[in-house]
Amino acid sequence: MTTNGSTSTGTLRVKTGLAEMLKGGVIMDVVNAEQARIAEDAGAVAVMSLERVPADIRAAGGVARMADPTRVEEIVKAVSVPVMAKCRIGHMVEAQILQSLGVDYIDESEVLTPADEEYHVNKWEFNVPFVCGARDLGEALRRLGEGASMLRTKGEPGTGNVVEAVRHMRTVTDGIAWLKGLRPEQLFGAAKDLQAPYDLVKWVAENGKLPVVNFSAGGIATPADAALMMQLGCDGVFVGSGIFKSGDPSKRAKAIVEATTHFNDADIIARVSRDLGEAMVGINISEIPEQERMQERGW
Amino acid sequence: MTFEALGVSSVAVRLPEQLGDLSGLVIPGGESTAIGKLMRTYEFYDAIRQQHGAGMAVWGTCAGAILMASVVLDAVDDQEPLGLMDIDVRRNAYGRQLDSFEAELDVHGLEGETFRGVFIRAPWIERIGSEVDVLAEHDGHIVAAQHGDLLATTFHPELTGDPRMHRFFLDKVVGS
Repeated sequence: MTTNGSTSTGTLRVKTGLAEMLKGGVIMDVVNAEQARIAEDAGAVAVMSLERVPADIRAAGGVARMADPTRVEEIVKAVSVPVMAKCRIGHMVEAQILQSLGVDYIDESEVLTPADEEYHVNKWEFNVPFVCGARDLGEALRRLGEGASMLRTKGEPGTGNVVEAVRHMRTVTDGIAWLKGLRPEQLFGAAKDLQAPYDLVKWVAENGKLPVVNFSAGGIATPADAALMMQLGCDGVFVGSGIFKSGDPSKRAKAIVEATTHFNDADIIARVSRDLGEAMVGINISEIPEQERMQERGW
Repeated sequence: MTFEALGVSSVAVRLPEQLGDLSGLVIPGGESTAIGKLMRTYEFYDAIRQQHGAGMAVWGTCAGAILMASVVLDAVDDQEPLGLMDIDVRRNAYGRQLDSFEAELDVHGLEGETFRGVFIRAPWIERIGSEVDVLAEHDGHIVAAQHGDLLATTFHPELTGDPRMHRFFLDKVVGS
């Protein structure tokens, strides 16, 4: 946070506030300016800049890093919606570079190869806000304790298989319901079990929700998938490989946006789901060796 | 929701047929491009203009203020505002998220202390018509304005927990 006279930038309220503005929307992975324009034109509320979409990272193997700054800048210039970009878990220098490039949000992401197997980035040190992934409530609250101002459930990126996204969303929701049912004196033990800061555990128990916006990510490929996640209680969706690995990205992107807005209206979801061309080829989670599962990265 | 706390019921509007029952409409913050596209696809433009003509008050915050304007500066190519209010609004006027800020505002018509303005990738109002009243300025730019049953704010009162702007809308804008 920086204060100049009566004006403050980089405050928690300004950081979490941008995420509030994205609520109900779709954030799309893009690798270049052309894809960014297609995403904006389809109604994306923000775009996520990265070197390769998760499905291609999975196929290429090797170490996945932050995108080239030239590429990120090209995307920042191409669209007027907020631009997010991914850094590796624990790689504060990649995060510093992204902040200096002027991106609107940093995703400290398990889609890239972790740079630190013990510590995540200390996000309080930055004026740019961070979004982080989580599989359960404890992981979500640990990220908030480190200064994240938006969350996303992880799912399993690059698979086109929504099953892990559903599992993680339900796990977080169940965790909140469990905390809500505890008596005040039980919350100390709960914080220990969750390995999460007590103040955040107490806040969630008292309010029955997360203190920041929580999107769903990792495996969403169809309008129905997006609406499913919304019905399960997320605030919006990230779509990674699902759009630009499909037959007709522009049409599918628009359809996913409409299904996310009208997630409780089956007539609309049915209409927008028609004739979208080929969806991305999906992968069954059991066919991915455990050490190649991206959701296992981060702790 | 702040409106419920003030004793007024509210609904989330997703389709134009929901507008018929409302005495006031809030067009919220968000991305004006994304909101505008969905509004066009679901034929909100004429519906909102008609309902406003029939007496529905409208409050636009941030992206909502952009959508209410007669002219949008720094718009993307095909972006079309509703043209409800005689104001010109500049998108992302302060810059990107790193330039988002909080500041104390003197808002005309609000009693008590200053109002905490939360500006997120905010626009500002660059020109107002002769019948539009300025309610607040920050650093020489108009950030809140009213014309009868139309209210535009470029900051986010809903993020502060301070209900005075909502109260103002119910008492002085819906009731105007």
